[in-house]
Amino acid sequence: MSTSTDTIEQLATQEYKYGFVTDVESEIVPRGLSEATVRAISQKKNEPEWLLEWRLRAFRAWLEMAEPAWHNVHYPAIDYQDIIYYSAPKPKKQLASMDEVDPEIRATFKKLGIPLDEQMRLSGIAVDAVFDSVSVATTFKDKLKDLGIIFCSFSEAVLEHPDLVRQYLGTVVPHTDNFFAALNSAVFSDGSFCYVPKGVRCPMELSTYFRINAKDTGQFERTLLVADEGAFVSYLEGCTAPIRDENQLHAAVVELVALDGATIKYSTVQNWYPGNKDGVGGIYNFVTKRGKAMANAKITWTQVETGSAITWKYPSCILQGDNAVGEFYSVAVTNNMQQADTGTKMVHLGKNTRSTIVSKGISAGKGQNTYRGLVKINKGAAGSRNYSQCDSLLIGDRCGAHTFPYIEVKNPSSTVEHEASTSKIGEDQIFYLRQRGLSTEDAVNMIVNGFCKEVFRELPMEFAVEAQKLLGISLEGSVG
Amino acid sequence: MLQITNLHARVDDKSILRGINLSVKAGEVHAIMGPNGSGKSTLAGVLAGRDAYEVTDGSVTYKGQDLLELDPEERAREGLFLAFQYPVEIPGVNNAYFLKAALNAVRTHRGQPELDAMEFMALVKDKAKLLDMDSGLLSRPVNEGFSGGEKKRNEIFQMAVLEPTLCVLDETDSGLDIDALRIVAEGVNALRSPDRAVIVVTHYQRLLNYIVPDFVHVLSEGRIIKSGGKELALELEDKGYGWIEADGAAVARG
Amino acid sequence: MAVAEAHDLYRARFDALAARREATDPIWLAPIRARAMQRFVALGFPTTRHEEWRFTNIAPIAATAFAEPSITAVDRSTIAPFDVRGMSCTRLVFVNGHFSEALSSAGALGAGVRATNLATVLAVDPGLVDPYITRCASDEDQALVALNTAFAHDGAVIHVPARTVVPDPIHVIYLSTTSGAPTVSHPRTTIVVGDQSQVKIIESYGGPDGEVYFTNAVTEVVGGAGSHVEHVRVQRESLSAYHVANTQVRLDRAAVYAQHSFVFGGALARNDIGAWLGAEGIHCTLNGLYLASGTRLVDTHTAIDHAKPHCESHEVYKGMLDGASRGVFNGKIFVRLDAQKTDAKQTNKVLLLSDDATINTKPQLEIFADDVKCTHGATVGQLDETQLFYLRARGIGEAQARAMLVHAFASEVIDHVSLEPLRDSLESTLLTLLPKAALIG
Repeated sequence: MSTSTDTIEQLATQEYKYGFVTDVESEIVPRGLSEATVRAISQKKNEPEWLLEWRLRAFRAWLEMAEPAWHNVHYPAIDYQDIIYYSAPKPKKQLASMDEVDPEIRATFKKLGIPLDEQMRLSGIAVDAVFDSVSVATTFKDKLKDLGIIFCSFSEAVLEHPDLVRQYLGTVVPHTDNFFAALNSAVFSDGSFCYVPKGVRCPMELSTYFRINAKDTGQFERTLLVADEGAFVSYLEGCTAPIRDENQLHAAVVELVALDGATIKYSTVQNWYPGNKDGVGGIYNFVTKRGKAMANAKITWTQVETGSAITWKYPSCILQGDNAVGEFYSVAVTNNMQQADTGTKMVHLGKNTRSTIVSKGISAGKGQNTYRGLVKINKGAAGSRNYSQCDSLLIGDRCGAHTFPYIEVKNPSSTVEHEASTSKIGEDQIFYLRQRGLSTEDAVNMIVNGFCKEVFRELPMEFAVEAQKLLGISLEGSVG
Repeated sequence: MLQITNLHARVDDKSILRGINLSVKAGEVHAIMGPNGSGKSTLAGVLAGRDAYEVTDGSVTYKGQDLLELDPEERAREGLFLAFQYPVEIPGVNNAYFLKAALNAVRTHRGQPELDAMEFMALVKDKAKLLDMDSGLLSRPVNEGFSGGEKKRNEIFQMAVLEPTLCVLDETDSGLDIDALRIVAEGVNALRSPDRAVIVVTHYQRLLNYIVPDFVHVLSEGRIIKSGGKELALELEDKGYGWIEADGAAVARG
Repeated sequence: MAVAEAHDLYRARFDALAARREATDPIWLAPIRARAMQRFVALGFPTTRHEEWRFTNIAPIAATAFAEPSITAVDRSTIAPFDVRGMSCTRLVFVNGHFSEALSSAGALGAGVRATNLATVLAVDPGLVDPYITRCASDEDQALVALNTAFAHDGAVIHVPARTVVPDPIHVIYLSTTSGAPTVSHPRTTIVVGDQSQVKIIESYGGPDGEVYFTNAVTEVVGGAGSHVEHVRVQRESLSAYHVANTQVRLDRAAVYAQHSFVFGGALARNDIGAWLGAEGIHCTLNGLYLASGTRLVDTHTAIDHAKPHCESHEVYKGMLDGASRGVFNGKIFVRLDAQKTDAKQTNKVLLLSDDATINTKPQLEIFADDVKCTHGATVGQLDETQLFYLRARGIGEAQARAMLVHAFASEVIDHVSLEPLRDSLESTLLTLLPKAALIG
């Protein structure tokens, strides 16, 4: 009799499907980090003086900072002098249209299923693709332009919309915010920029795909998204990287600004290379994501974190204006030797502000999954409410789930609700479904997707399907 | 339909079943009774193919095939249904969605076309009435937040939908109050038919007042030590398992 | 009265009773009582230095020289408030801790079912309670249980043999009434339900408002294999009274036990509820609703002990605090190493209806098994402003909208009671008790 274990072993050995390397010529800044590196990056990007100054201030602050150690992830010390801080596909010439993007790179994005081609217009998603550190192509730019929406690479924004960038850069995540954010501020190479003008509802999903390709490179992209009063935008972010035996550092910063009455939905499917079964290789993912919501504004973070050897991220909301709403929906998976320390911060400053946290942690293999969340209700945030739900699912008995909810309430008229659960996907659940005629594979998918349902339904349709598949792949092999 | 011959099984090196012989024909209802730890639930688990049990000797033939060679889902698709003693909760998975997937897996196996959502819902509503089930339970996650009685009722409801040929009820009566017990028993009785067999595993005689068996077998220390008609159950209720176990021990020694 | 004096008072009273006890107690009970008295003296009244009593200061109880009440005859009308309209039941009435045959009445019980009182049982049939009394409620480290064991001389005894469905619910009423000086009673309830039997039991405690007395109750419940027990406790003591109750439940294989506890009265009310899930397949529900206003204190400590696999426990406690009242909730759930596949859920919700009301709430999960599902949730807050606004936007006045929401919050617990007449009675009690402040904001 074949047991479920056989099927599972098979699936377990399935390789990281995005682990190919693209052979393109890259232009790099020499390994190591100094003021000269910062200047070199800034110069390569023809940046204005104010931005260089800002980077240098961040760099100097970073020098004074210590790497945080409070988190529940463990990794060998990172040698910040052994990283290449800038790598860009060597441009063959100035690009005039999409068709002129390096065919190798286009082939890469095609493999990733990213609709860069005009023929993918039907899918209706505008994409900005970041290859290593540089944005290579942005689609649908013209259509968006008609509505006054700016969606372009960060470098382009710096050159073409310097006032907007200058007005908002660092207003949510200051250059001194934390060790990794300061590092990013000093050396960020590119990223995406988006501005949606007053009252405009962005008619399509905006999407950025990040790809780390070159060896020994760190990726430090920076995203800045501004929704002006009453605007609406839904933004998707996807990430992949090739299989490499070395660990690679990814320290990104995302800043969201939702002005009065604006809505930003920010969804991430993070599938950086997680390392192999024994924990060799994989991305160290240290990310600072934060949004500021003004009066009546709403920010929703949705994330599906299946990749990276180490995930360290806390997409947060500063609910500054009255009636602002913050939401955080997260599925974080750790399999094999992966470690995740993730969660959110909801800081209630305005009156009648609302926040919702739904966190689903799945640990399998020897994976360690930590939820870390802060709900802070300030003195002035009268009538505010928070609802938090943290569920952990354990698969096998060598993994771990940890929950650290911090709650600070300084206003008596506010309500904070917290629910937590830990459960184990058991042989018995799988057996139950098989006894009703379902295959092991279908059974595992059904159980895991059921567990994550509340988060998946927050994702845009196309992404939800992808996320479900991804989750299946990340976990297959972990049961049995 | 089912032929169990000299079945031996163990869990973690502890031998639980030590030579079960049992023959079940279509249309029959067999009750398996016995004290705690006699191997009743192990037998049900072995029939359904639970991984934790290792069969060390003997054979089980079901509809002419070697049952022990089949995966649990293959057994299910071949019409073997286990009503669990402890129905498992599957959070987030909608009861109706789960049951449709199961039913279509079984139908595909039987060479029948899959049911679409409309046909499925019509079928299910019908069966829910049979068990006096609140149709609201259909849209809730599988067994999650169900009361003990609702879980057991849901098991029999699934059985009614999947229309198996061999039904194994593992302590379906435990945790039920008298009213729920009657409803569940009526549901099972409604499914009795000449081409379907039922094995009722129970600790108490009470359920057998409502599901009247053709045969009663007493299991003790992994063996069937006595078989008889429905009156054997009443006798056990009066005298307890002690008298028969003493008897059985004597038989075993002799 | 100083605490040391209180201990002396009870000690002296115990010694004085000894002679009379010899005539009424069976032989086996004497050493149990003597030991309990020793434990009480050794432990003393708990103080706030005791972890389990950190937020509940019972110094007022220790400082009052409660008298032993005399046997009082009361008029039938005195117990009218306890009547549940439309509910046919067996009724056992105790006045100041003494059984009142005149006020009690029999309903449909079923063959072999005993619904009687402890004093009679001890005199004529002590074997009925011998295997059970003090087996559930340990006095080892519970001073007030020890005090009850030392002094209890009466209380309900309910015994349901195996395979018996009791048709009518059994209503046990403990009425306290003083004629001036504060008195103390120690009601002791013993409930034994045989294998596969079913019974519904209501325990009511109460007394005329304004009277000062101390009820120190202990209830022991034994649920046999496959038994179904619904146990409702309604505490409507005088708002000046002290009520300390300890309920301990032991359950056997596949037993189904549901307790619904309603705390409406008492200046100081403390409930300890413990359930021991000692075999597989048990379902245990502990629900509760408590209301407090003025400077009252309501303290609930629950402990559910999962010792064996495949058991489920569900716990919903709701509190409504008004004025400068205080609430304390401590919910312990133990999941022992053996207790794989445990499913335990605890919810604790508190509505603060005024700025001065306070709550100390503490869920405490101690889990030693690894394949379990345990959840806990706690909410402390005000009425939901958005719900309030929604109702007002539909034209409902603010006062009525508040009343509706407060009522809905509380009635969720009442809805789980299966006896419809009792539900109605609890609903109407609730309506008279809902804090007026909540209704007008």
